[in-house]
Amino acid sequence: MTEATTDGQPLPYPFGDGRQIDLEQRYAELRDTPGLVKVQLPYGRDCWLATRYEDARTVLGDPRFSRAAAVGPDVPRPNPEQPGDGGILMLDPPEHTRIRGVASRAFTARRVEEMRERTRALVERLVDEMVGHGAPADLVAHVALPLPVLVICEMLGVPFADRDDFQRWSSAFLSTTLLPPETVVEYGGALRDYMSELVEQRRAEPADDLISAMLRASDEQGRITRDELVTLAIGILVAGHETTATQLPNFVYVLDRERDQWDLLRERPDLVPRAVEELVRWVPLGVSSAFPRYAKEDVEVGGVLVRAGEPVLAAIGSANRDERVFPDADRVDVLRESNPHIGFGHGPHHCLGAQLARMELQEGLRALVTRLPDLRVAVADDELDWKSGMFVRGFRELPVTW
Amino acid sequence: MSGQRWSVEVDREACIGSGMCAGSAPAFFELVDGRSRPLRAEVDADDEVLGVAESCPVEAILVRDVATGAQLAPEE
Ligand code: HEM
Ligand code: SF4
Repeated sequence: MTEATTDGQPLPYPFGDGRQIDLEQRYAELRDTPGLVKVQLPYGRDCWLATRYEDARTVLGDPRFSRAAAVGPDVPRPNPEQPGDGGILMLDPPEHTRIRGVASRAFTARRVEEMRERTRALVERLVDEMVGHGAPADLVAHVALPLPVLVICEMLGVPFADRDDFQRWSSAFLSTTLLPPETVVEYGGALRDYMSELVEQRRAEPADDLISAMLRASDEQGRITRDELVTLAIGILVAGHETTATQLPNFVYVLDRERDQWDLLRERPDLVPRAVEELVRWVPLGVSSAFPRYAKEDVEVGGVLVRAGEPVLAAIGSANRDERVFPDADRVDVLRESNPHIGFGHGPHHCLGAQLARMELQEGLRALVTRLPDLRVAVADDELDWKSGMFVRGFRELPVTW
Repeated sequence: MSGQRWSVEVDREACIGSGMCAGSAPAFFELVDGRSRPLRAEVDADDEVLGVAESCPVEAILVRDVATGAQLAPEE
């Protein structure tokens, strides 16, 4: 039993600073503790935390829970800024369905498959350039970051040459405590100005890209306002690079540690898609669960009656380690067959870019295991350069040899 | 659109169980054993159905006009 369930005091949350790849031990205890636990995040009110798979899926997928209600100074969150308005992750159906529908066709499995060949060639080139640079080299700067940035730039129609600017401004949305609140506001505004201007350019001169396609949905079909369009494009640009860029080095680090799994992939690159699912399941990308759902009515979750108006967080990383669903859940097993993980979320907000991220991670990992079969992390564990003060856990740099 | 009847099918082999449709349009879809299923095979025309069908990441939701047989989603 944890103290939280006996004396009613919320547990301080998150359970660690995210400077480790292993899921914080606390979650395992909580999964085996009946009910939900109350936690206190750095900002906002106390909040329920759902750590089991079934409960997390209920919180994310049940229409009795709302994201749109998560507004105001009370919202539990790891960052000081109050949640802004308008982002796709802040909406409930049917508005959410309307906005998401403007972009979703560009992200279907079928459309993403059409991008695979080009992505493969792109990764090959990045790996060549890294090899040309010589070992040791930083996997983040050479491969993991340029890969998704190039892909999302081409897809949206954002000039790759502007990457230094928009990556810096993007950090406004990725920082929990890394940036002071004034800087978050400043960068957020700069990114908005940048994107608005880009959208205006496309309106004057349409191209074969997603911004132009979304503009047609806006101007011709009136499905989305110009402001909503700019917000959506920013969301896609920001969510579309940092996640993949962080996960690929995380995968390499985990496979370096679990060397038999890397060796298996070396011998059988056909296992790469399964390995990607397994690693998306296993790596707890978020340092802290974020984006609480508010109960619209009383809802029972995991044996607790969540009252209307109360917020609940779904611990995705913990749900993905639930033994009730994943036998031997703490083990990385690239041969795992049934893998209904929720690493891309669940329900209305299930990751818009999930199919794209899968493809990028598959092509990235495939290129590494086939081209650099002796790839190793080049620094000891105590020299790893962890990100901190960000929503995601991972490395700022990951030196590798081959 | 009024008066039209639509048929709704889910390709359960293709469905990846994202829960997007069931979470967004619970009057029309539910998850059974982790995959989606339409609550009714035929419904009155409704934008909500079309909206989520267009948003399915694997285009597993097939919507047709019952009278004409025309495919309304996914877009071909
Ligand atoms: C390894 C890579 C990625 C992971 C692990 C990931 C994970 C997630 C998760 C867990 C959510 C749901 C958050 C919640 O419901 O609270 C989400 C939402 C989202 N993701 Fe991803 N993501 C990845 C890559 C991408 C990419 C490449 C894009 C690019 C376009 C993207 C765009 C989005 C958007 C727009 C949302 C909000 C969707 C909505 O509110 O309807 N993600 N992602
Ligand atoms: S949106 Fe598509 S993939 Fe997701 S549950 Fe519904 S049918 Fe399945």
